[in-house]
Amino acid sequence: MSKFRKKKKGMPGISTASLPDIVFMLLFFFMVTTVMRETELKIKKPQLPKATEIKKLERKSLVSYIYVGRIEGQGGDKIQLNDRVADVKDVKYFIFAERDTHSEDEIPLLTTSIKADVNSNVGTITDIKEELRNINALKINYSTLKGDVMDNIK
Amino acid sequence: MAKRDLPEINAGSMADIAFLLLIFFLVTTTMDVDTGISRKLPEKQPEDAPEPPKLKEKNVFIVTVNRNNNILVEGEHFMTIDKIREEAKKFIDNGGGLGNPMKDAQGNVLEPAECDWCEGAKDPASSDHPNKAIISLESDRGTSYGTYISVQNELVGAYTDLRNRLSEKLYGVTYTKLIKDAKNNPSNESLKEKIKNIKEKYPQIISEAEPTK
Repeated sequence: MSKFRKKKKGMPGISTASLPDIVFMLLFFFMVTTVMRETELKIKKPQLPKATEIKKLERKSLVSYIYVGRIEGQGGDKIQLNDRVADVKDVKYFIFAERDTHSEDEIPLLTTSIKADVNSNVGTITDIKEELRNINALKINYSTLKGDVMDNIK
Repeated sequence: MAKRDLPEINAGSMADIAFLLLIFFLVTTTMDVDTGISRKLPEKQPEDAPEPPKLKEKNVFIVTVNRNNNILVEGEHFMTIDKIREEAKKFIDNGGGLGNPMKDAQGNVLEPAECDWCEGAKDPASSDHPNKAIISLESDRGTSYGTYISVQNELVGAYTDLRNRLSEKLYGVTYTKLIKDAKNNPSNESLKEKIKNIKEKYPQIISEAEPTK
């Protein structure tokens, strides 16, 4: 009987044995949620315009990105598709390539997000839009940040 | 006795290793949410498409942005960006005449009617009905993208304001909140019905004209 009658010896220390478990849990969370940047920007990082009436882009796998910006030391707007600087005429091949990676029924849901610099010209954007219209990729999204529109014209 | 010589692997540093990895992923994670103004481009018309129906000039609200980023509304008023929203709201909400025929809940086509939810001035020289009011945004190739987006934002904002107002009047909550709620419980049919109703009453008709060279 004396086996069960133990003497109480002060407060036991808090066990830290489960600390690795907790940390691992956090680690897995971040490992799963991390998205490594797929494309490296060849153009100067576009400074996105600001807007208030914005919508979140759902289902990122259905979004293809077109970057518009400048290259240091070169004039005019440049368009980047995937990993290279391209011409407006290449936009359609880019979209075709994107479509190939999706199943037939997802194609109408594909969205093209235009990430263009505040200081680029509307003409460039219109050329892209015209190309997209030609191949019936009609859903677009002008990528913007949340903020005051008056900042765009400074 | 020999068993006691085998020391246990010290797992005390496991936490440190895990922490190191954790911090690496914490730093590299970018939780950027993509936001933006969504638009649907008009479909390409075939060459032999019939001429689009002529629109009455009073039903079209023309916003022109030139290459110097000056904004001209209706071809006569110079305006700054912050004034456009009010002006666009006045135009959409005017309700000076009969609208396009709408459908009721059962899908029957109703007679063209006046806009009884509009609170505008009912000026006969401005738009007839929200479903006839068209906003046309004209730009130049040299217009800066920032200005262009700002104007677009204000035009979309005008619609959002009007929809919010109507929604508040009909259902007691703003349109923005309705959308948010509908996203959180996608199976709620009554919410969807409400959103559809409001969208029909203030349909967003913004046309992006091809820019001048």
